[in-house]
Amino acid sequence: MNGSNLLKPDCDPVHPPETMLNVSNMTLTFKGVAALSRVSCGVKKGSITSLIGPNGAGKTSMLNCISGRYTPDKGSITLNGDEILGTPANKRTHFGMARTFQNIALFRGLSVLDNLMVGRHSRIEYGLLASLLYFGKARKEESAHRQRVEEIIDFLGLSPYRHQAAGHLPYGVQKKVELGRALAAEPELLLLDEPMAGMNLEETEDMARYILDINEEWGISVFLVEHDMGVVMDISDHVVVLDFGRILACGTPDEIQKNDRVIRAYLGDEDGLYQGR
Amino acid sequence: MNDTYKTTLPALLIKNARERGKRTAMREKYLGIWQTFSYQQYLDITSEFAAGLKHLGFGKGDAIVIIGDNRPEWLWAQLAIQGLGGFSVGLYQDSPADEIGYVFTLSEAKLVVAEDQEQVDKILSIRDQLPDLKYIVYHDPKGLVDYNEKGLMSFDEVRNLNKDQASQFEIWAEKTSPDDVAIIATTSGSTGRPKLAMLTHMNLLSMAWNLGHSDPKQESDEFVSFLPLAWMGEQMMAVASALLFGFCVNFPEEPDTIQDNIREIGPHLIFSPPRVWENMAAKVRVRIMETTPFKRWIFNLLLPMGTRYADKVLHGDTPTAMETLGYKIAEIGLFRALRDRLGFSRIRSASTGGAPLGPDTFTFFHALGINLKQIYGQTEIAGISCIHKDGEVNFDSVGHPIPETEIKISEEGEVLSKSPAVFKGYLKNEDATAETLEDGWLKSGDAGYFKENGQLIIIDRLSDVMTLNDGTRFSPQFIENKIKFSTYVQEAVVIGQNMDYITAIICLDSDIAGRWAEQKQLTYTTYQDLASNPNLYELISEEVSSINESLQDGTAVKRFALLFKELDADDGELTRTRKIRRKVIEERYGDLIHALYNGKKEINLTACIKYQDGSERTMCGNIAIHELNTPQGEAN
Repeated sequence: MNGSNLLKPDCDPVHPPETMLNVSNMTLTFKGVAALSRVSCGVKKGSITSLIGPNGAGKTSMLNCISGRYTPDKGSITLNGDEILGTPANKRTHFGMARTFQNIALFRGLSVLDNLMVGRHSRIEYGLLASLLYFGKARKEESAHRQRVEEIIDFLGLSPYRHQAAGHLPYGVQKKVELGRALAAEPELLLLDEPMAGMNLEETEDMARYILDINEEWGISVFLVEHDMGVVMDISDHVVVLDFGRILACGTPDEIQKNDRVIRAYLGDEDGLYQGR
Repeated sequence: MNDTYKTTLPALLIKNARERGKRTAMREKYLGIWQTFSYQQYLDITSEFAAGLKHLGFGKGDAIVIIGDNRPEWLWAQLAIQGLGGFSVGLYQDSPADEIGYVFTLSEAKLVVAEDQEQVDKILSIRDQLPDLKYIVYHDPKGLVDYNEKGLMSFDEVRNLNKDQASQFEIWAEKTSPDDVAIIATTSGSTGRPKLAMLTHMNLLSMAWNLGHSDPKQESDEFVSFLPLAWMGEQMMAVASALLFGFCVNFPEEPDTIQDNIREIGPHLIFSPPRVWENMAAKVRVRIMETTPFKRWIFNLLLPMGTRYADKVLHGDTPTAMETLGYKIAEIGLFRALRDRLGFSRIRSASTGGAPLGPDTFTFFHALGINLKQIYGQTEIAGISCIHKDGEVNFDSVGHPIPETEIKISEEGEVLSKSPAVFKGYLKNEDATAETLEDGWLKSGDAGYFKENGQLIIIDRLSDVMTLNDGTRFSPQFIENKIKFSTYVQEAVVIGQNMDYITAIICLDSDIAGRWAEQKQLTYTTYQDLASNPNLYELISEEVSSINESLQDGTAVKRFALLFKELDADDGELTRTRKIRRKVIEERYGDLIHALYNGKKEINLTACIKYQDGSERTMCGNIAIHELNTPQGEAN
């Protein structure tokens, strides 16, 4: 476990059929500066996998590559065995993937309900004309979508805010709306970019609870980027550590907490065990 | 005695299903839509749950405990066990674990209907102390999928246990007698542990019937059930009255959506304790502070027209033609819209009970055109013994006794009452029962007297009337309520037993006082910071001084302090119904009370606060003590 060869990360490659997401040998450079170099990791079906690392380690870049905002220079990303690298971001939801953003990216003027309905976009099958006339199939579909969205509102406890404009809501609630919108797409894989950032203790605990419930009850696999180590170590099945664009270590939370290289990366070279939060 | 109410709750449900089976009996807002349940569905679900309970071995005299928010499941479970001849024990959903344990031990309940994960977790955490408990039934499965506790099952699982037998419900229900215990209500107990009051079907129904006589209810009425169903007042409306008169009970989506949900339903009936009315009035004021200057101007212009008119009417005077005209204008320009905002455009019967309501709030709602009435009663008399009659509403009295209710004043000045609604006794507490019931007369513990016109006036709790060293008797609650009528004050504790003068500990209303501070451009960080601000002291001094003027001679508040925290039921300082626990306050803030009498201007106070979950925290800080110029003060 504690080898010092940085170029050869100590990760077991995840193999199909249990892999949901597989990233292999991915490199991303910005004008010659490598943000990610030859990164390989994966998310097992039904697991919560967390990506951690110091500031600037490339966590959000990695998430952006997976969701399609950035195009990596090299490597491959497969979702359920399908190569998705060539697919534009807006089409990737069709592969069963949805994400939230670190800096809230809601439609501020739309109500919570409408924001969530937008999340259903990829699932809407009727055309523009049908939606204008709003009868028959379009009407039936719309109520089915609304039902699904209402279930999410109930699940996340958003009902008091249903008809309020998203931009006026407290920060913690907006974060929940973000999560709700991602859930509305009914993903198999949920990418969460720092869902707990800026939240107080109670909100953080609620959010952790929601992530666990999403994973356990709805069977959605989660790829989580998060700074709050307490949460990461509590809820993750698997942790991937990124440092300077490279994979530093992979393993269960217990293994990661004992890993010398991780401790060094976080705490410098001094002795001392990583103690969570 | 009237035969209409000589029946049982499940028998009424069966009768309703037969006579008006398709009428909507209840609604619950779920997934954003008001889902309706007819009387037939109400009966069907109740029967299935009862069959499930029977399968699990429940029968005559058995208890189930119910804890959670207001949901249809509460009523279904309650009617189901009552149909089997048993009774239900309702618990407040924020009851602390040790209190829950105590109730389980006394009632020997083998089953609990716990709404969701939060309540299930709470029950599981004390399960090893509950030897009788076998089954935990939940109806909101969120977060509970991977629980593998023994005896944990969903509401629907119970319904499906013995579905074939559900048609037998009518036969089972016939065996329930009107004199069987129907529910057990926990009384708030300002001192010590709660007592479990046993109420029979006839207690509940006679009260509903007689109250309906004084304050009529119709089949077409709508009612929103948002106060705890463990509270007697809510049982009286949502269960007894609803089944007796056949009106519709609506359950809000979430506690946070109550105000919106009330507006959507537009209820005809509402019965709430004072804090709900006070909150509503306070919210209107807050919203007015935040609105556009034009709207604020309209509000400030028209509201006094309404309150002047209402004040006159409430005092029994005839308003002048000008005042009537002003009121008409205010009605068109303001009150109609405000009523609609609050969801009261259809309100016919509004009442408040449990504690006195401030004249300001009273007048406010009457100005709005809402005929708010005071109700008086105890849990032990199924909630109600007195109510204002139409056209005889006033601040100081609690109205006339309802039909079949006799009230007399004992030699000590205590209010005694007798009616078919007087309870059977406290469960497994014969001493307390004997103390409370004497020859069928229920002792209220309240000091009161009758006015010449036959209206009852309640002074205070008999045990709470205090005496100063010079022999002056005063009611601390009366003064506290006066102080609390100030919008800036949330709570007040008046002290003076065996002292030379009266003092008060006051807690600010953080919302309104905070907003006032913001408007005055005073910066503050926490509540503690706000409460130690000299400007706030000045503000409250003025408020208390003006209150002193309206108090009897010798009972003016001489010194007061603003406490650095809000009094809270979780900290044991208030009861669940927000009554002050004086013993706790005296112990916890003894140093402060001492300082109120030793002439110091400031004290450094350390208080140890024990939370609901058992953890402790110490709070400390400087508290200034303000002295007011009272006639008494000058004499000293």
